[in-house]
Amino acid sequence: MSPMDIDVKEGVDRETVDAVKELSGVYKYGWNDDDIEMDYAPKGVNPEIVKLISSKNEEPAWMTDWRLSAFERWETMSVPNWAMLKLAEIDFQDLYYYARPKSMEVKPKSLDEVDPKLLETYKKLGIPLKEQAVLAGVEGAELEPERKVAVDAVFDSVSVGTTFQKELKKAGVIFCSISEAIRDYPDLVKKYLGSVVPPSDNFYATLNSAVFSDGSFVYVPPGVRCPMELSTYFRINAENTGQFERTLIIADKGSYVSYLEGCTAPKRDVAQLHAAVVEIIVEEDAEVKYSTVQNWYPGDEEGKGGIYNFVTKRADCRGDRSKVMWTQVETGSAVTWKYPSCILRGNDSQGEFYSIAIANNHQQADTGTKMVHLGKNTKSRIVSKGISAGKAQNTYRGLVSMHPKAKDSRNYTQCDSLLIGSECGAHTVPYIEVKNNSSRVEHEATTSKVDDDQLFYCRSRGMDEEEAVALVVNGFCKEVLQALPMEFAMEAQALVAISLEGSVG
Amino acid sequence: MALPKLKQEATDARLAEAVLPDGPAWARAAREEALHRAARMGLPHRRDEYWKFTDPSALVAVDSAPAEVMDDDDALFEGAGALTLVFVDGVFDSDASDDLSGAGIEISRLAEAQDISWARDLYGSLELAGQTPVERPLAALNTATATDGVLIRATGKADRPVCLRYRRSAEDADAVLHHVIRVEEGASVTLLETGSAAARLSTVTEVSVADGAAFHHVRQQGRDHGRRMNTHTFARIGAESTFKSFTLSLNGVLTRNDCVIEMLGDDAVAHVAGACVGDGEKFHHDDTVFITHDALNGESRQVFKKVLRNGAVGVFQGKILVKEGAQKTDGYQISQSLLLDGDSQFLAKPELEIYADDVACSHGSTSGAISEEALFYLRSRGVPESQATNLLTLAFLAEALEEIDDDALADDLRERLAGWLDRHAG
Repeated sequence: MSPMDIDVKEGVDRETVDAVKELSGVYKYGWNDDDIEMDYAPKGVNPEIVKLISSKNEEPAWMTDWRLSAFERWETMSVPNWAMLKLAEIDFQDLYYYARPKSMEVKPKSLDEVDPKLLETYKKLGIPLKEQAVLAGVEGAELEPERKVAVDAVFDSVSVGTTFQKELKKAGVIFCSISEAIRDYPDLVKKYLGSVVPPSDNFYATLNSAVFSDGSFVYVPPGVRCPMELSTYFRINAENTGQFERTLIIADKGSYVSYLEGCTAPKRDVAQLHAAVVEIIVEEDAEVKYSTVQNWYPGDEEGKGGIYNFVTKRADCRGDRSKVMWTQVETGSAVTWKYPSCILRGNDSQGEFYSIAIANNHQQADTGTKMVHLGKNTKSRIVSKGISAGKAQNTYRGLVSMHPKAKDSRNYTQCDSLLIGSECGAHTVPYIEVKNNSSRVEHEATTSKVDDDQLFYCRSRGMDEEEAVALVVNGFCKEVLQALPMEFAMEAQALVAISLEGSVG
Repeated sequence: MALPKLKQEATDARLAEAVLPDGPAWARAAREEALHRAARMGLPHRRDEYWKFTDPSALVAVDSAPAEVMDDDDALFEGAGALTLVFVDGVFDSDASDDLSGAGIEISRLAEAQDISWARDLYGSLELAGQTPVERPLAALNTATATDGVLIRATGKADRPVCLRYRRSAEDADAVLHHVIRVEEGASVTLLETGSAAARLSTVTEVSVADGAAFHHVRQQGRDHGRRMNTHTFARIGAESTFKSFTLSLNGVLTRNDCVIEMLGDDAVAHVAGACVGDGEKFHHDDTVFITHDALNGESRQVFKKVLRNGAVGVFQGKILVKEGAQKTDGYQISQSLLLDGDSQFLAKPELEIYADDVACSHGSTSGAISEEALFYLRSRGVPESQATNLLTLAFLAEALEEIDDDALADDLRERLAGWLDRHAG
């Protein structure tokens, strides 16, 4: 039997192994574009900065007030310390809260007017901001000429441009930057912004509410199936700059949308802050899929630099039979603090959470989900795969809550951890609260190391150890990888292998 | 760091009333230190992470609420041929107790202990070690104020179990007991406990199990409806040693059982199990277990089953901590609840914290109602519904009871459970 046959038998694509070889460098997106001229707001955060950000976005007064009240609240809050994370104190006054490429001072009317340097950056990232049919580098996609992905590109504090807006408009879908939405669709924004993650929610979400500079806005009207995948691509470029983006997705009755999010940052020696908020509203019979491949710069092998990623993501399944699915592949960031949650309010609503979190070298991840069952006959499913290597710490933290009125509901949770190397840690902290007896809750968790027999088998077929580990790990993650849209599944598989570089031997 | 205001107030109020019992100088020193410890940590508050699911205010309050004395069935464990020590309202009753001597075993009363060198090294020291990484201030308060208890040292294979019978006479008894147990190398002993002791009871049991030694513990926590108790077991176990503890809880308003085990020697075995049945909205039962693997090839099991109805609340907080280098650890944890009606609640936090790569650790937790199909099957075979429910309930609890090695003791508890279920049928 040749190695080729094994691949087929094990169900792992040949591409995975090829991708590993091809990308066998370290962090691939670590270059900086320091030659792009930037405008900064003064360092630090105070009401003046909040007003400045608001005025740069040409916001109406109600929005400025909303931000200011969030800031007032934030000043009374303290940094949460319950997560299993060891981090140096962050000086919130030693950051830039707003950084905009100079060329974006006058907002370009169309993508053709955008500074070619910016477009070049995205091209290098494999995200061409041209309205072409497919994302570059997706093999086999040309066989599906109808497959399109609309992209909103966010560079530091501002949205550079959004593709396919016209075509989406024809279908009634609104896809634009949140700063545009605040200007152009104030009624929608007023109605929904902060309705899932209130401005007072938690330390980082409150800070975000005060200083978010941009982000994406999606509205899918009743009965509309969004004709293409939507995606936002976040790039942090400027040094000492925090990125605070805000995403608001509204799926009205009976609609459907699939949303992808990707992110990268240059290699810098100093850790950088990223604190985002994502709110999703899912009305009756609507469905939202939200997929993330998080590949922020993780810091170097010594744990120097990297992104501190503090994210609040929550979906509110308001309507009956609504459905939301979170899929995340977390490979980057020095520190990850992220718990995408589902509020299952509508009867028969469903929430799903699929996660792969990989921590290598000195990375720390504390991530998981919350499933709050409020409606009758609601269902949730959690599949979490955590992988620790090097000196990393990886924690799954989750909540499953069955409220007294959530009769006949169901949850299944599986969290598996894999340890590679004797200096890393893998932890599981689930909270289970069952307050009615017609619901069933099942929780399973395992922690183990990469199976020696599987490794031996792969190696006896001629693979080197790193390749073999990548293969076994890809197998371990399969359930989650399968939940990703095609474009992301490819990238994610390759990432799984790259993130484990240097973890063996 | 300053304590939160409410916590500081509750702590000050309680500690102001704390009386340190007289005793030999070594005990006095350990008690004063423990009191400082409790003051520094502050007594538990509902907002503490480890009291998230259980309100400790009744345990912290200066005064305890009285509880009606029930005629507890003293027959439990009678067939075990145990050396029996009787406590009434938390005070040792020498007339009702057997002589404090047995083959392979030395026993003395804490209140009368003078210079017992092995005990002076242990008293309060395992409790102190058990304060990190999670603080357990009620245990420190116990070390400071315990008025009675036993010191047991097993030097060989004890031929009879030691049974502590806690009786009650006063409705408002507020008892604080502290036991210290040392099982020497190669020795073994079984400790039995039964009865509810007081309206409010605090016990700390410090157990040191030397290399190759074995400690078995089977306890039944009293049936008095109104009682409140918090118990702490701190165990430190050596190489090739065995520690097994099982607890059956029936009734009571509030039960919090903390069990902290440190596995310091290779090839050690630690099993902690519990079964509880609770009826009524005042029933609140909390098992909090923390097992630390700090040696090679250790095996630990946590098996907890709870049957709840009429608004009863069951809590499980379990943790397996595998330290760096504790390779080949086999850790297992299961917590399950059977909710017999819509009002009852099960709250769980089964945690794993693992710093070694060559381990196999797993946990499972489930919660749900009795299986309609199983019930239907039994009823279709002519078994009345209430009997069928009891049968399935016993079957559900069986896995926990199987953790008891001694079949006769397990049968005793099974019988008691079946009796309880019959009385509470329907």
